[in-house]
Amino acid sequence: MTEIIKRNKALSVSPLKASAPVGASLAFLGINNAIPMMHGSQGCTAFGKVFFVRHFREPIPLQTTAMDQVSSVMGADDNIVEGLKNLCEKSRPALIGLPSTGLAETQGADMKGAVKKFRDQYPEYNAVKVIPVNTPDFTGCLETGFAAAVYAMIDQLVPEADAAKTKPGNRRRQVNLIVSAMLTPGDVETIKEIIEDFGLRPVAIPDLSDSLDGHLTEDSFSPLTIGGMPVNEFETLGDSIATLTIGPSMYKSAELLHKRTAVPDYRFDHLMGLENMDRFIQALHDISGQQVPETYDRQRSQLQDAMLDTHFMLGQVRFAMAGDADLVKAYSDFVVGMGSEVVVAVVPSKGEAMKAIPAQDVKIGDLEDLEQLAAERQANIVIGSSHAVASAQRLGVPIIRAGFPQYDLIGGYQRCWVGYRSSRQTLFEMANILLSNNHHHEVKPYLSPLAQKPEYRLEVA
Amino acid sequence: MKAKDIAELLDEPACTHNKKSKSGCAKPKPGASAGGCAFDGAQIALLPIVDVAHIVHGPIACAGSSWDNRGTRSSGPTLYRIGMTTDLTEQDIVMGRGEKRLFHSIKQAIEDYNPPAVFIYNTCVPALVGDDIGAVCKAAEEKWGVPVVPVDAAGFYGTKNLGNRIAGESMVKYVIGSREPDPLPEHTKKLPYKIHDVNLVGEYNIAGEFWHVLPLLDELGIRVLCTLSGDARFREVQTMHRAEVNMMVCSKAMINVARKLNESYGTPWFEGSFYGITDTSKALRDFARVINDPDLTQRTEALIEREEARIRQELIPWKERLAGKRVLLYTGGVKSWSVISAMQDLGMVVVATGTSKSTEEDKERIRQLMGEDTKMIEGGSPKELLDIVKEYRADILIAGGRSMYTAIKARLPFLDINQEREFGYAGYQGMLELVRQLALTLESPVWEQAKRGSPWRSTGKSQLASVAAAG
Repeated sequence: MTEIIKRNKALSVSPLKASAPVGASLAFLGINNAIPMMHGSQGCTAFGKVFFVRHFREPIPLQTTAMDQVSSVMGADDNIVEGLKNLCEKSRPALIGLPSTGLAETQGADMKGAVKKFRDQYPEYNAVKVIPVNTPDFTGCLETGFAAAVYAMIDQLVPEADAAKTKPGNRRRQVNLIVSAMLTPGDVETIKEIIEDFGLRPVAIPDLSDSLDGHLTEDSFSPLTIGGMPVNEFETLGDSIATLTIGPSMYKSAELLHKRTAVPDYRFDHLMGLENMDRFIQALHDISGQQVPETYDRQRSQLQDAMLDTHFMLGQVRFAMAGDADLVKAYSDFVVGMGSEVVVAVVPSKGEAMKAIPAQDVKIGDLEDLEQLAAERQANIVIGSSHAVASAQRLGVPIIRAGFPQYDLIGGYQRCWVGYRSSRQTLFEMANILLSNNHHHEVKPYLSPLAQKPEYRLEVA
Repeated sequence: MKAKDIAELLDEPACTHNKKSKSGCAKPKPGASAGGCAFDGAQIALLPIVDVAHIVHGPIACAGSSWDNRGTRSSGPTLYRIGMTTDLTEQDIVMGRGEKRLFHSIKQAIEDYNPPAVFIYNTCVPALVGDDIGAVCKAAEEKWGVPVVPVDAAGFYGTKNLGNRIAGESMVKYVIGSREPDPLPEHTKKLPYKIHDVNLVGEYNIAGEFWHVLPLLDELGIRVLCTLSGDARFREVQTMHRAEVNMMVCSKAMINVARKLNESYGTPWFEGSFYGITDTSKALRDFARVINDPDLTQRTEALIEREEARIRQELIPWKERLAGKRVLLYTGGVKSWSVISAMQDLGMVVVATGTSKSTEEDKERIRQLMGEDTKMIEGGSPKELLDIVKEYRADILIAGGRSMYTAIKARLPFLDINQEREFGYAGYQGMLELVRQLALTLESPVWEQAKRGSPWRSTGKSQLASVAAAG
């Protein structure tokens, strides 16, 4: 079993972690006509907003309860009530996500109480769903905050099957798709397309492929999300024929949804590489009762061929990776399946997937840890976010960007990694990067002092 | 080139083919041939001379498909990696302007790149229309004062092997003996032992692998006047006549060079290989034996003992992983036996070997190494090859790059042993790279995955169930 090495130093240097409230906000951004409002000081939101704007290159609706000196001491529950009222008044969202922050939690915010107070005072906004979720940034990371928000939405918006008279399979062609924070909008889009190829209708929870995929709209400005999963779909999840969950961080949400609706539940750690995709396609085949379209057989055999062609370059390559646990698990499985080794795996905080990462050990730490371990263990290539670029440069090895944030290149949010086809593309990309950086295997020229090569003596002198 | 000259080159008294079965020099069979032409062989043999301007005289196919397509490495100049061709057009050929274009091409190469020499490779079309490249080279040399060497190796003259010989012949005729070696460097005068001069013929420094070996020769006080042709300079080739001994490395292709140097200058030669521990040690011993300097012999033995002990120690963990694996070796000529010894050093089993380009002597060595009932593969269609793989339960195919995708498509682990490869396997140190590459492909998890069929196409019920159903 993978050994987990805990944080063992006071200072976090070149942090790897993105905060839980940021992750929760991201989940809410995948709901249509929604807006997250962080319960905290203005800065929490301002930083989160910049973080997302740089990554997605999109305007990001994100609000704050703007806790100040007085409310931080005297109680900020009224800020929530006022904030909710203002948002409803101004833009009538379908849903307001309410992630808490470290400040609010430390102060002892009663978000549920505040929401109740808001309901009592402003019944005219009863149609607006408000989802409070506890995501102090001193616990967890982006991935866990994201998962907590999805859990909260399912908990607060999906009715008990008995009460709502929902029944698995009432909607024969509808499948629930619970996706982890590791999946890009491009990934979600692809997964939805694959599901549709089986005559099924996916409901992605949440659906970033519809809101943050970077598309132009008729309206030039919107204070709310311009796409995503419609809020009222939560009530229909109990009628779906199956739930597909991608990413171990979401398994808790899957369990809750299953408990509440009894919809059959299929889980996948990720959809990179042959094995998981085979299981996924098989599941769709079973659920839909439809023939697997031949295009998947072709894509599958193309991937197999690419695996053979690239194993020469990827075999025995030493990877160092840093990211949230789901992500590191997915990439590790993928490259280990190619004969590579994961010599360094760093995650920012505990995650479901951590113990199953196929590496000798997993370090809970920062990018300094990544850099030091990678140097010590002679990694050949790094996988990480834009923050890891400087580390890779100092290590003198190439980097493949994955995870949050990616601010030094465009389109990272739309990059697709899942499925047979993208797995193949990823193999080519990795192999090419390794080919053009393949200096460590070159035999160093030996300049014989005896040789009749006058230029050697010039070099010595 | 005249028919008489070709016949003379084909008659190679030092080659066992001359007397016995000529499987290696057999005539190509239309519709069932593999392997390169004489031009290919000539270019491949000389291109690793790194500071020369190599001009291919012909229409585009000859250079266009082959330039910069070799794994040989240079420790200095890189002119050899720049493709140069006269790129003849229809007009040139119809109007007979090929010679003129060649003349101007030589001028351009000299003016732009200032090489110590220019080599001109003749190809089929100009050979057929009758361009006199010898005369053009001579005129150009006189005009610009730079050696211009004709290598008359049109493809239709014969096989790649013949091309190698033509290349060697050109070196013997026009280059070797045109300069005396540099005096020994000052520092050698203080050394307590004598420096001996040698040549290596047929060593191409693929992936820089000769740099694994050269430091050992330096240590022994063996000066390599020239390697023909890996990482060679023109000025080194010029001095090859002064060596005390020539080693034919891993190839009979330029055996004519060794023979002619022996005839003209009395230089003895021996054949050897730097692949594997056994052969590397043997080659070093052979140098000492032929040079016949007791002090050198003694120091050679000490070096071999030290190096063998070191490398055997480093190979232990790898041997455990590779021992008993079954190898099918499918490669030409001398490599068919030289690599066998490397495999055996690792405890691997060579189940069969290709001999289509091997001489009788090569085959004899194979029998010595592998026993009498060894499977020797004469033919070479991919289908036959795969049948043999199956029959002999080979775990891996070791062959040239061309066979690579035959193996890959059959989901068979593969190691590239030919000139295009990217890794250096020569010498003691090269063994470490070799084992790494062998383990990389043999132990790769991709083979199992590639053999797996789509689960939904298999008959029988799906093994997959939802978590809920299972729980």
